[in-house]
Formats: sequence, C-alpha cells, structure tokens
Amino acid sequence: MFPASTKTPHKQPRKQSISIGRGTRKKDEDSGTEVGEGTDEWAQSKATVRPPDQLELTDAELKEEFTRILTANNPHAPQNIVRYSFKEGTYKLIGFVNQLAVHYTQVGNLIPKDSDEGRRQHYRDELVADSQESAKVVISETENLEEDEEPKELETEPGSQTDVPAAGEAEKVTEEELMTPKQPKEQKLTNQFNFSERASQTFNNPLRDRECQMEPPPRTNFSATANQWEIYDAYVEELEKQEKTKEKEKAKTPVAKKTGKMAMRKLTSLESQTDDITKVSQAAKIVERMVNQNTYDDVAQDFKYYEDAADEYRDQEGTLLPLWKFQNDQAKHLSVTALCWNPKYRDLFAVGYGSYDFMKQSRGMLLLYSMKNPSFPEYMFSSDSGIMCLDIHVDHPYLVAVGHYDGNVAIYNLKKPHSQPSFRSSAKSGKHTDPVWQSELVHIDVIKLKVEGSTTEVPEGLQLHTVGCGTAFDFHKEIDYLFLVGTEEGKIYKCSKSYSSQFLDTYDAHNMAVDAVSWNPYHTKVFMSCSSDWTVKIWDHTIKLSTLHHCRTPMFIYDLNSAVGDVAWAPYSSTVFAAVTTDGKAHVFDLAINKYEAICNQPVAAKKKNKITHVQFNPIHPIIIVGDDRGHIICLKLSPNLRKMPKEKKGQEVQKGPAVEIAKLDKLLNLVREVKTKT
Amino acid sequence: MNKWTNTGQGPGLLISSVPGPTATGLGEPQAEVEETLKRIQSHKGVIGTMVVNAEGIPIRTTLDNSTTVQYAGLLHQLTMKARSTVRDIDPQNDLTFLRIRSKKHEIMVAPDKEYLLIVIQNPCE
Repeated sequence: MFPASTKTPHKQPRKQSISIGRGTRKKDEDSGTEVGEGTDEWAQSKATVRPPDQLELTDAELKEEFTRILTANNPHAPQNIVRYSFKEGTYKLIGFVNQLAVHYTQVGNLIPKDSDEGRRQHYRDELVADSQESAKVVISETENLEEDEEPKELETEPGSQTDVPAAGEAEKVTEEELMTPKQPKEQKLTNQFNFSERASQTFNNPLRDRECQMEPPPRTNFSATANQWEIYDAYVEELEKQEKTKEKEKAKTPVAKKTGKMAMRKLTSLESQTDDITKVSQAAKIVERMVNQNTYDDVAQDFKYYEDAADEYRDQEGTLLPLWKFQNDQAKHLSVTALCWNPKYRDLFAVGYGSYDFMKQSRGMLLLYSMKNPSFPEYMFSSDSGIMCLDIHVDHPYLVAVGHYDGNVAIYNLKKPHSQPSFRSSAKSGKHTDPVWQSELVHIDVIKLKVEGSTTEVPEGLQLHTVGCGTAFDFHKEIDYLFLVGTEEGKIYKCSKSYSSQFLDTYDAHNMAVDAVSWNPYHTKVFMSCSSDWTVKIWDHTIKLSTLHHCRTPMFIYDLNSAVGDVAWAPYSSTVFAAVTTDGKAHVFDLAINKYEAICNQPVAAKKKNKITHVQFNPIHPIIIVGDDRGHIICLKLSPNLRKMPKEKKGQEVQKGPAVEIAKLDKLLNLVREVKTKT
Repeated sequence: MNKWTNTGQGPGLLISSVPGPTATGLGEPQAEVEETLKRIQSHKGVIGTMVVNAEGIPIRTTLDNSTTVQYAGLLHQLTMKARSTVRDIDPQNDLTFLRIRSKKHEIMVAPDKEYLLIVIQNPCE
C-alpha cells in the first residue's frame, strides 16, 4: 500500500519507487524483486521517469501549500451518522462519533485468584493433592496385604507357587497401573458450568417395511361445462322431483303404488319398442313448415306485407289477391261443404268435405289446414258419410262438431289421437234420419238443423216442427235464445229456444231455397240471407209489419247473376260482406261506400268450371278463404279498398269499436227507412 | 301425441292421422313421422334430409355417406353452439330452429331433445 503522495513545495516528479527509510525497502512495482541494502546507490540514483498520465500543473499550482494535520481521529469512522429521534420524530445528526479503532483483540483464559471460579479451582487442586497422598498409602497397604497372602498361598498350593507370586506381581503391577491413571483422572479440570455429558442409548427396535397394494379404483374422465342454462336445468329438474315426491306422498295407498309401478313398466317397455324416429316428429313438423315457407316465400310475404298500391287509383273498387291454395288428393272429388276458422288459433281452419249431389253420395272428410303449411293438412279425419256442416267450439277450440249426410252428428276431439270421433249420435240418442244441414256449437250444446224440418238440441231433444225443410240457421250473437232458420221454400223463420211450437216471425225471403243466413256481427237488428235465386238480401228484424205491405221487406237486395252459394259478414266492419256465386266469382260489398253495387267482383275459382260453395272471413287477418265443389280452397287477401274504415275528421279522435260500426250501419238503414216511408 | 300447446310458439302441432279407422297403437306415430319425412323429401327444391342423434351420428339420410357425415358433424357443433348462446342469454329460452341461407341453398336445422333434423333446400328452383 502506497501512502498518499505528499506534494512537496519543490517541483518533483513522482518516482516509481519511494524509499521510506534505509532499513526497509518496498517492492518495486515493475520489477517485483526486493531491493536489498547493498543497492543503496541504485535507489539513490534518482532516475526520474515521468509517467505518461501525470497531471500537468502550473508553477503556481505546484507552489500551492497544503497543510496536513495529524489528529487522533479514526479516519475510517463515519462522520455523518444520523439517528432517528422518536421524541422529535426526525432524523438527527449525532455529534459525537466513536473514534476508537480496534486493531487487535484476543480473548484470554486468565482468571483472577480472588474470583469465585479462582477459589473453586484452588480448592479442587488441594483435594487432588490429598487424594494422591491417600492413594500412595493405599498402594503400600495393598502391597503389605499381598505379601501376607503369598506365604499363605504358598502353604496351600505348593504346585502353583511360581504362578502365584507371578500373579501377585502382576497384580501389583496392574494395581499400580490402575493407581497412576487414577491420578490424572482426579486432576481433570471441569468446566465453568459443571457440565458433563451423559448419554445413554436405548434399544432400537428393528424396523420392518410392511406394504400392501390394492387395485386402483376405477377412474373415468369427466368433463362438463357449467353454463347458466345447465344450472337452470338442474334446478328445474330438482323442482320437478320434489313435486313428484310430494304427490307420491299424498297418494299413499299401496294400490296406487302398484298401479304406478305397472304404468312405469308399461312406459319403459313402450319406449324400448318404439323406434327412435318417432321422437323426431316435432322437429319434422317444424321443418316441413320451414320448407313450405321457403317454397311459398313470396306468398307469405304478400300475405303479411303486400298492400295493393293500385287501389288508390281504382276509385273505390278493390281486388282480391290470391295467396295459398289448399288441396289434398284424398279430397279431390269431394266438394267443400263447410268452412270454419278456429277461434283460438287464427291460422287454422277446418274444411268439411262431402257432396251436394244427392244422387251420388260417398264418403266425407274433415281436414284442418294451417296457413303455415299449405301442402298438407294438420289433421285429417275421414268418415263414411259426407259431411254437410261443421263448427268449432269457441271456448274449447279442440272440439269440432260435424253433421253428416246420414243424419249423424259427431264431435271430434283434436287433442286425442284417434281418427274416430269422440262422440257420435246414434239411433238410440235421437239420431236424424236425414242430412244434417247446419250445426252450431253453442256452449256445450249441439244444435242441429236437418232437412226434415226440425231443429233439435242433442242433449235435450227439443223439437221444433216446421212446415218445410230447414237448410240454414244462425244464432243471434247476443240474444241467446233467438235464432233464424232458413228453409228450402225460401222462407225465413225467427225462432226462440223457449217457444218450441211457434215462430216469432216469418219472412218471405226468397223464391228458392235459402242457402245461408247470418246475423250482423255488430248490429243486433240486421241479418242477411242468400239463396239460389241469385239474390242476397239484408233485413232488419225489428221493423214491424207495415200496413201497406203484408210482409216484410228487406233493406237491401242484390242480384248477382248466379246462384249464391254463401254469404258472410266481415268481422272488422258492419257494412262489409262477401258473397260467392256458382259461376266462380266472389263479390265484396261495402255499404258505406256503395249501397247498390259490389266494390269487388272477381273470379276466384281455381278452374273456370268450379262452383264456389263457401266463403269465410278470417277473424283477424285481412283474408278470406273460398271453397269450391272440386275440393280446392283458395285463400285471398283483401285489398285496402275493401277494408276501408271511415275517415276521421281533423281534430277528432278515431273512434273504433262496435259502437261506431253500429252507428255506421244505422245511418244507412235510416236512409233506407226514410225512403220507404216516403214511398 | 296431438299436443295443443298454448305457448306462443304458434298453433297446435300437427299430426296427420292415417285416414281410415284402422290404426294400431304403436305403429301409428312412427308411420306418421315417416310419412312427414317422405313428404319433406319430395317437396319442391329439397336436396336432402337427414336425422342426426345427440352425439352427431347420422341415423337416417337421403344423401351419400361422405356428405352426410360432413354435414352431421359440422351442423351438430353449430347447433350446440347456437343453443348454448340462446340459453346463456336467457335460460328459460330454447332454440327452435336454425336456418343458414347461402348462395346456393338453404340449410334448415330443427333441433329436438335428442335428435337433429337437417334439411337442405334450394328455394329458388
């Protein structure tokens, strides 16, 4: 280690080797060999070699004096120790720093004589000295004893004389040997703590490995996802199970259990027997509808969205846009004898097939179509006798009442899968002997009208005798007991359920058979009738017999140039109705727009020779279905002109509802009445 | 079998009963389904129909084997994904059907509890 270079006032280049004193020589940096005393001359011959990196300093700087003070401070002691003061909460510089530098320490083992430990050791030394003396005494005593023993032994065993003294000597020697190691033992110094180690070893039991191996438990990999819906499904299942157990608890008879088991067995056996394909039935239906929707896509779009824009230019006339056509091979040669929309499912309608040809009577069919699937019916029932009329119950839309040509009335339950009707009238229960022309399902009673000229109610068998044969009837929408009957002669009778023998009123309506009568859905006083004498007439049943005329006169009469098959009021307006004729035309009238002419007059039959037999308005959609005598059903959309609502005046609210409709019709009727009273 | 559901799915489901009074107990539903599938297959524009089970294995098909296997595998996965999506959003909801319209034709998939019915139709034909 070189001391720091001390700058002397004289300019002196730094020397590579610095000599401190004669006695000592430092190792040369470069040479590394020790320079001996004899080489004083070498050292003193100062060959000044300037190192290449020496600082260049000016004379003034070289002359600068640097003072050095020799202090007793420890150069290695830190000068800036700070301690945290909790009192003041800051770091504070310590003024006094320990300058003590320790160069060498050693722990010694001298203890003062006067201390506790010193005295103890002294005492122990004294003890050792005493014991040594006593040991010597003992040895000498033993030697004496042995000497005594020898002569005794010599006397007893002369044979072993040589051995004994040898043994005795050996004993002495061993005893002495024993004695001498004892002394150092007693003199052994103990430690400060009087610690002596004691150890003992217990007997270690031998270790033995015991192993057994089993078959590994069977493992399977399980993976699943826990989506929200899986959790939901699990909860729903759990809930169902709980409910089932509750139900089981309620029915706690052993018989019930047995039947339950039997049912379960039956179910399982059924499941194993049926082919898997049956479970696809639901999906198959949906797909069939989808396929149909694709094929008839444009029709579906028209049905939903198309509104004939040309109606604006057509004055007040409207058109019927043909949509779907429904036909089935099995019903090909039968004519449509009845049409009815389902009151609950608005795209479902029922079609009854039979024959109006009284010479040729064959089988009949009942088909239910949905507009969503025009290619195949939803339900299909066939019967031996032609169907003449049908009706669907309002409250129970799965019950269809059907009247047959052979006089039977059957009720089909669509919920049950049988192709046979669930209820059928027979000879025992008041079956008719003649064709049933019209039936209506009112609440749960079936009211039939048959050719023989009596209307009967199935459960009660109320008979009402008429002069002629009944062909059509209709119940009043609001007045429960009031209904109209149309006859083959052309008369219309107003009857009441409560009076079984008398009519309330008679109208000489037509010259030929009355094909249909229908009450206005809004106006309680107005009804309409149509007949094969080419006319459609609208009546008001409250008009009293005028003195001049001895019979009632209709409010409106329309001549349609052909036998009228059916007539129907529109459900959305009290002044709109449609009539269909045997020449294949459909006529739509709106009395609010044109009192004397039809606003639409359009041939709609599939083929020109077809005669249209029935027409029905859909309760909510602006479409009508028309059935002909070839078994075809055509669905037509009413153009906007046919569905006109009265224009609201500016500022007034648009009034909707039956009251408006009634008022509308009343206005028209009043006009007619005024005319009549005048004449 | 005739279910008259009151759900918003639409009107009652259809089963066309075999006309005529003869109808066995078990054979009837099977025959109906067969008939429905036959009708679908013979409908205008339908290229092929197939029935795939819950594991994606085709049970019944009118197309050739390789095409069937391909359609079955791919559409099965897609249907599972679609159903999972619908039910994740609302667990009370469920997938009714899936329609994929492409340039050449339309693939319609109607999922069931255990089966998948796939119909390929060319609607423009």
